[in-house]
Amino acid sequence: MTVTAAPLTKVFQSGLAAPICLTWELTYACNLSCVHCLSSSGRRDPAELSTDECKSVIDELERMQVFYVNIGGGEPTVRSDFWDLVDYAIAHHVGVKFSTNGLRITPEVARRLAHTDYIDVQISLDGATAEVNDAVRGRGSFEMATRAMQNLAAAGFAGFKISVVMTRQNVAQLDAFKAIADSFGAQLRITRLRPSGRGADVWDELHPTAAQQRELYDWLVAHGENVLTGDSFFHLAGYGQELPGLNMCGAGRVVCLIDPVGDVYACPFAIHDEFLAGNVRDPGGFAEVWRGSELFSNLRRPQSGGACSSCSAFDACQGGCMAAKFFTGLPLDGPDPECVRGFGEVALATATADAAPRPSGDHSHRRRPAASGGPVPIIIGSRPERGAATDTAVTTSAVSVRGRAPDRACDQSPLAGFALPGGP
Amino acid sequence: MNRPKDSGSVPRAGFDLDGAWQLHPQVSIRPERFGALLYHFGTRRLSFLKSPALLTVVSSLAAQPSARAACAEAGIGPAELPAYASALARLASSQMICGRTAS
Repeated sequence: MTVTAAPLTKVFQSGLAAPICLTWELTYACNLSCVHCLSSSGRRDPAELSTDECKSVIDELERMQVFYVNIGGGEPTVRSDFWDLVDYAIAHHVGVKFSTNGLRITPEVARRLAHTDYIDVQISLDGATAEVNDAVRGRGSFEMATRAMQNLAAAGFAGFKISVVMTRQNVAQLDAFKAIADSFGAQLRITRLRPSGRGADVWDELHPTAAQQRELYDWLVAHGENVLTGDSFFHLAGYGQELPGLNMCGAGRVVCLIDPVGDVYACPFAIHDEFLAGNVRDPGGFAEVWRGSELFSNLRRPQSGGACSSCSAFDACQGGCMAAKFFTGLPLDGPDPECVRGFGEVALATATADAAPRPSGDHSHRRRPAASGGPVPIIIGSRPERGAATDTAVTTSAVSVRGRAPDRACDQSPLAGFALPGGP
Repeated sequence: MNRPKDSGSVPRAGFDLDGAWQLHPQVSIRPERFGALLYHFGTRRLSFLKSPALLTVVSSLAAQPSARAACAEAGIGPAELPAYASALARLASSQMICGRTAS
């Protein structure tokens, strides 16, 4: 019988007919101003896809047999057509997993969600206590998320996700996060802090220390089977043992992002012109971008390990995260800034401060969230307010935009649940 | 590893080749170069079929009286049958395929 010789990761690295893990950010509008927001979200972009355009994209995803989309933002539920689009997607056999800060998850909405198949919900929470959470996500956001989780649990929505971006302040709370998830019958999902969007401004202070990375790794080795990671931490495989999941960079191969104005990027964390593959409004639509773009074709060719190739950990970590390297000014064929062997720190020490590319779009609130006197952004070395240049940029339809909230990438490991092959 | 015709005594790890099977109604299947990807909307799990021939088998389960017939129709020879049976067993254990009780 025919047995595929190449490991599945090799097969996946050469690309698929359609993405497995497609993130779609519906809007830049958000009631919060999280300090690490990958999409620098806050204000809606006037060029965002219309309801009809979104439905066309869904039609296309159905034709491509994309199983589900990970919807994020911004806060996607602030779009007035959000539930309409969710219903449309489901009616067209495209499952929906959406990320939310909990704003609109009322008891009524929770009941409706609990009774709809093909919907999964992910609540963002970046601290197991209000103090730690609100320092990153804004005052009142812990309470808002908690209320949403209570509503989902009370409605009988089993197995919704609680999504946590790991920071220096919350690594020590891993057990507490797990306990919160267990108390709601939810599943914990943890992802890596990326230096993208506003995250670029806080990464130095917020990314876990080397000792915390080890702590995180050991925790994942002990609990990893029941915790989703969106394949975030494959760079930690350099410690020795591979973590559950794909353990490869899926950008442009099994993963991609559609942003609110229809731009298609290689991954939710690599939102920069360098990784822009096309736009769903282009002739040929999303399918053509996925199948034919030059960028994605290049990403699907065998990659060079560069300086990392001679490292004994390279087979395990694959050089780490492309986006993390890019936005910290490191070469893409060099070590990850959080390389477990310490090569990233060395590289960062010798990289020039202005080598790191800056975001090309920013939808941050000009002052504070427009939300109803609720959460207010806190400042942890946050980027200064943008001036007139930004305002001009966001009113220009040709603007190149970027980013998304870090916890929305890949709702779960693309390979979660893959039985490892044996047979045909 | 030929299965007894009597499917009443299926070993735990075995697979009832003579039973009537189908793709689980909540599973979507997408052909890929290496075979296919499957997604179960109920368990929210992905799985895959590692060869185009297995895709042919799985796709035709519902239209064939038995898994054995689906394999035969797909050109699977006796020597290959055990491997296909174990692949189908894995798909059954992850609920990607399920038995057809009524036709």
